[in-house]
Amino acid sequence: MSKMARSKKEKQTSWQRFCTWVNGGTAEQPLLPAEPAKPKKAKAAKPKKQKAQPVRKEWMGLSRFEHIYRICAVLIGVVMVGVLMIAVLQLPLFGSPDNPSVNEVVERYVEKGLEETGAVNMVAGMILDYRAFDTFGESSVLFLAVTCVTMLLMRDRNNTNKEEDLLTAREHVIEGYEEDIILTKVARIVIPCALVYGVYVVLNGHLSPGGGFSGGTIMGSALILFAVSFGMIRMSQFFNYATFRKITSCALMVYAASKAYSFFTGANHLESHIPLGVPGAILSSGLILILDICVGIVVACTMYGFYALFTKGEL
Amino acid sequence: MEHLLINHYETAAVILFGIGFLNLLLQNNLVKKIIGFGIMDSAVYLFLASQGYIAGRLAPILVGEVANAADYINPIPAGLVLTGIVVSVSVTAFSLALIQRLYQKYKTVNFDEIVLLARQKGDE
Amino acid sequence: MPFVYNFPFFSIFICMISGIVTPLLKNGKWAYRLSLFAAGAGLALSGVLLGRIGPANESFSFMMGHFPAPWGNELSVGPLEAVLATAICLVMLMALLGGSRDIFDDVLPEKQKLYFIMMDEILAALLALTYTNDIFTAYVFIEISTIAACAIVMAKDSAATLVSTMRYLIMSLLGSGLVLIGIVLLYCITGHLLFPNLQQRVLELVATGQYTMPLTVVVGLIVLGLGIKSAMFPFHLWLPPAHGSATTASSSVLSGLVVKGYIILMIRLFYKVFTIAVIRELRITNVIFLFGLAGMIVGSVGAIKEGHIKRMLAYSSVAQLGYVFMGIGLGTDVGIMAACFQILVHACTKPMLFSCASALSAGRHHNKQLYALRGAAYENKLAGVGFTVGALSMIGIPLFAGFAAKVFFASATMAQPVKMWMTLLTLALSTVLNALYYIPAVAALWSRPAEGEAGEKQPSNPAFAISTVAFIAAVFFLGICYQPVVTLIQNGLALL
Repeated sequence: MSKMARSKKEKQTSWQRFCTWVNGGTAEQPLLPAEPAKPKKAKAAKPKKQKAQPVRKEWMGLSRFEHIYRICAVLIGVVMVGVLMIAVLQLPLFGSPDNPSVNEVVERYVEKGLEETGAVNMVAGMILDYRAFDTFGESSVLFLAVTCVTMLLMRDRNNTNKEEDLLTAREHVIEGYEEDIILTKVARIVIPCALVYGVYVVLNGHLSPGGGFSGGTIMGSALILFAVSFGMIRMSQFFNYATFRKITSCALMVYAASKAYSFFTGANHLESHIPLGVPGAILSSGLILILDICVGIVVACTMYGFYALFTKGEL
Repeated sequence: MEHLLINHYETAAVILFGIGFLNLLLQNNLVKKIIGFGIMDSAVYLFLASQGYIAGRLAPILVGEVANAADYINPIPAGLVLTGIVVSVSVTAFSLALIQRLYQKYKTVNFDEIVLLARQKGDE
Repeated sequence: MPFVYNFPFFSIFICMISGIVTPLLKNGKWAYRLSLFAAGAGLALSGVLLGRIGPANESFSFMMGHFPAPWGNELSVGPLEAVLATAICLVMLMALLGGSRDIFDDVLPEKQKLYFIMMDEILAALLALTYTNDIFTAYVFIEISTIAACAIVMAKDSAATLVSTMRYLIMSLLGSGLVLIGIVLLYCITGHLLFPNLQQRVLELVATGQYTMPLTVVVGLIVLGLGIKSAMFPFHLWLPPAHGSATTASSSVLSGLVVKGYIILMIRLFYKVFTIAVIRELRITNVIFLFGLAGMIVGSVGAIKEGHIKRMLAYSSVAQLGYVFMGIGLGTDVGIMAACFQILVHACTKPMLFSCASALSAGRHHNKQLYALRGAAYENKLAGVGFTVGALSMIGIPLFAGFAAKVFFASATMAQPVKMWMTLLTLALSTVLNALYYIPAVAALWSRPAEGEAGEKQPSNPAFAISTVAFIAAVFFLGICYQPVVTLIQNGLALL
């Protein structure tokens, strides 16, 4: 009986099949009949060898595609390197002062930079004043990255299981009891030095090599060292997720507000009332110092945030 | 050929770019893929940094009172490299976080295996 | 300078600042309201700007800081940019409204705030890509939109979204690496980063025949990189899983806007940096044209084979992007005008299809296989009507927006005999293929459900109703009164 029914089903007229297809297929007969139903996973009692077989078969199916893909990729890569090499053959010569990139733009950055931005370090003047919109975008990229990492790794019901929770709890207990003497003693000396050095690099961003990004990473590494040697619990007493969020958001807000002021005055040809100060002094070059400090804070928090999220999944 | 030797930084950068590119395409291991991306980006920065150099000139930090454009190298590539590095740090952190999550789920960092496992579980 | 000229800068900054402020808010609801406010403010500002510079047919550049073109960053605004920005803000607002229920269902409560940060930053990045006059700013905002786009795909945090995000991320990294090295090479041979100066130098180089090879390589790399990111034909495989598995609002924004952002940038680069004549001379347009034709067919075939409604729509996006690339590949003003019009049409239609599809599946336990949706239109009539309107527009029935776009494509090819035959044949074939998967889907939605298949009636959702009605109105507006829009686009392209 059932056999007959099945054979009847198989002998569906093409019209009937067309009807099912128009109706969007059925559960037993989906739109895509070309792909055979996958074999159900072997029951747990069966030996493992049988379980491995379907995987192998699919591997072979994949590997044919893989093969073509690999050959294409190698060809594309080689062609691309070749083409780029030919392009390099025609590029201007390395280190020559007559290159197209040495033009009126560079001239103004170098010669008028101090007068117009107040920064002795021309790179700082360029990225934080002449081309500040780029740098604002760049800080936003950093902000977005730490937000993405939080979305992925911050503990929630999707990405944790009981074993890991137990493991973390145990680590917390260990952190509370055992203090590595060598580590803590050294950290007590190194952390203040690193922090001071980081602050120095940030504050001198407009005078010497450095600035918000490099100084911020140094300060961030000091924070990471603190967390490593004294444990996350001590760290979270003064630096938890809420403070982290507040600090980064406020620093970026100050950045955005000061840049918005400068863009607005610049574009509308209004006078900007920010003094540039004496060239070479710490308190000089107008907004650049403030921007450097903001960037430094954001970068330091972000670096520590990456560390904490990747190791513990919390701040 | 001589041109390639004079432009040796650019040449090296292009070769490194190719290496990174192929690693990004061909590696099955996701971490190695991201390393390939890192190589590719660093190659671009090497290329860019070499564009700023002008033989016999100073770094773009003012010495003395008067700035003469003929004394300093080009500051623009340095600024662009800085921006680029920050961007690639961010992207790398994001991809590593994603890899960590995938590893938690599938206990492997091999992308082919992950795709297969996902397909078997009917996730995709 | 008139005060209205500040509006592009205001709209970008409002979006970025709302993204920055969002972590300080109390919960996801407030973050959602702030995002709505940002998109609404962007819409109002761009609308006023459009009303001012559209009829007057003027364009201007806006200094971001105290320094003019070769030294400081700039924005440049004309009628085309204003139209696109208005459409982007409108679609963003409607996508947020239409997908709101699914966002709060799919994303964990503690992460909802973060999701809206991404939405704000995507809007800011899209506006910046539309307005920027600086190639390196464009790169930075390409990266912002890449990261944020990957984040809104994975926000649902299921196994499928994680795997498809990884694939999307790898392809995006590849694309941005290629764009970056292209920009670096371009800087190396021209020494400028601002569009007007770049154009001047490029024209000089072409006239003197200097650096021809590097220039060709630059154009190739930038087109390839942006093409990978906007799912041009051979690089489209990442799109269906990513757009098909994400939450509704993400799918709408990704399909409707994010892929378009890169294409808009490509069009602006073609006009403002390389000039369209040079691009035609380098024969890059022919390559884009062929890829576009192939994409139209391959995307539709993929959609026919797909039984999952959201992935079907995603494949259809590949096909529709093929139309846009075909228009660009014609390499003429009329062709690119048709491509811009198609961008608007698709941006208004696809988000509606996505949000209607998921509203329809809500009564069927979120099962998105087509066979599970039979008769679902009776449970949510508005969603059914919306899906039908969108499908008819995608097929290209007269009075709907898609028809107008197809007519423009067909008439754009008249001047080039070889391309004309290829375009007309592919257009006809692709219309038939579109009908082949959209009509069965619509028929299934409106057929009477079998016994026991019917789902429960859904409670009414005013936000969804507003968004669907607005999208339907937009589709009919673009299908019937397209003339003012087309005039604006033509004037804008002439002023680019």
